[in-house]
Amino acid sequence: MNEKVMQKRKWQATLFFILIIAVTYLSAFITNFNLMEGLTAFPQAIGWIFANLLITQESLEKLPTILEKLTETIFMSIAATTTAAVVSLFLGIMGSKTTSINGVLSVAARFIASVSRNIPVVAWALILLLSFGQNSVTGYLALFVGTVGFLTRAFIESIDEASHSSVEALTATGATYVHIVNKAVIPQSLPQIISWILFMIETNIRSATLVGILTGTGIGYTFDMYYKSMNYNAVALVTFSIVIAVIVIELLSNYIRKVIL
Amino acid sequence: MALLQVIELGKSYNTETRVLKGVNFDVKAGEFVSIIGPSGAGKSTLLRCINRMVSISEGSILFDNQEVSRLKKKDLRKLRTDIGMVFQHYNLVPRLTVIENVLHGRFGYKSTLQGVLGRFNEDEKARAFYLLHKLGIEEHAYKRCDQLSGGQQQRVGIARALIQDPKLVLCDEPIASLDPNSSKIIMDHLKSITSELGITCLVNLHQVEVAHQYSDRIIGLNEGEVVFDGPNHQLTDDKINRIYGTQTRELITV
Repeated sequence: MNEKVMQKRKWQATLFFILIIAVTYLSAFITNFNLMEGLTAFPQAIGWIFANLLITQESLEKLPTILEKLTETIFMSIAATTTAAVVSLFLGIMGSKTTSINGVLSVAARFIASVSRNIPVVAWALILLLSFGQNSVTGYLALFVGTVGFLTRAFIESIDEASHSSVEALTATGATYVHIVNKAVIPQSLPQIISWILFMIETNIRSATLVGILTGTGIGYTFDMYYKSMNYNAVALVTFSIVIAVIVIELLSNYIRKVIL
Repeated sequence: MALLQVIELGKSYNTETRVLKGVNFDVKAGEFVSIIGPSGAGKSTLLRCINRMVSISEGSILFDNQEVSRLKKKDLRKLRTDIGMVFQHYNLVPRLTVIENVLHGRFGYKSTLQGVLGRFNEDEKARAFYLLHKLGIEEHAYKRCDQLSGGQQQRVGIARALIQDPKLVLCDEPIASLDPNSSKIIMDHLKSITSELGITCLVNLHQVEVAHQYSDRIIGLNEGEVVFDGPNHQLTDDKINRIYGTQTRELITV
């Protein structure tokens, strides 16, 4: 009996691999993608990158402007994340099964989270661009909306996981709802919540670049400007500074996580 | 005068299964009563009906001459303040300190604002330390609860129930997750709640021997019905078989 099951599993695995290969070929065929052509173009592309994307003395002169835009972007991401976190915490408490007040609010919270999460940040940026125009408020709002969706979902999970039993105990002591949320739910899920906020700040700095290109603000705009004026050396410098910033933020948040958990 | 009267209590979570059927019993003030029965007999549900952690489907519960099932928000809160509860998994807030967890028991007496700001007066704090001292875990007062052993955490749970100044303490399988040594310590403490402080105790238990040793009275529950109710010396092997069903009993003795 067991042997048969094992054999069947092996067959299933083989079949699965064949299927994947077939699908790959099919999609390559439909989209006219040629692997060999792609590979042969590779050395040339690398060559171009090394020839043009070099940080030169000349581009370094632009560093102060770039750094200024970069800090602006970082602070906008942080502001968007923290303000979104406040809204998400409220929605998360409403949406979580252990702490929800009533069904209507719970469904509403989950619905808001789902809608804002399932539309990508870039799409939000484009939609908001139409109504708010090309300014930093648009970028902020795009990040804000996307973050609310993601964080609400994450907070619901954290709250559900962390605090069911203590909520029961505090209810049994005659504590009020506000007591329970403040003294049991939040203290217990706080490390998780902070961890998610840090994660979202990192993600948002990355997305902010893309959103900036679309909405014409922050480091994204700088990138776009140099790119369109074919100043590739400056583009390289912008990219490099973004990478450094993201790595520094990531190291910082990893350190904070280690301390609080 | 009975402190607690359970009259024809019935509870069903859905239309098909009735967890409790026509349960009747009284508990006098100062009694130590154990409820025994197999898993799924409705012990936990019965306990949670008393402080309305689950709603009551049929019948009525009188606690201190109040009809529990009809209490509105504010009175329900008052009722829960009078009834302490101890849980199998302790149900503390693990990241908070022992003393904070003990003081959680006072929330029933606090307004929302007082509770949120954590305003506890000196008497309450002194009482919390006194209880920790009595339970032998005073030196752990400023430790986080997740650093304590199971037996110590359960003692924090007991302190949290006692600081409520309850008239009744409900214990839901208080020793089911503990080793024999810690179990004995916990049961001794629970017993002294009744004998020294005069607080009534209603304890769900799995172990018949423990119930026999500590209780004034035992109630046997099987499939949501009371099949035995009497002083512990009346609980003969024959009666135990009726509560658990013969097969279970054989399993234990093997």
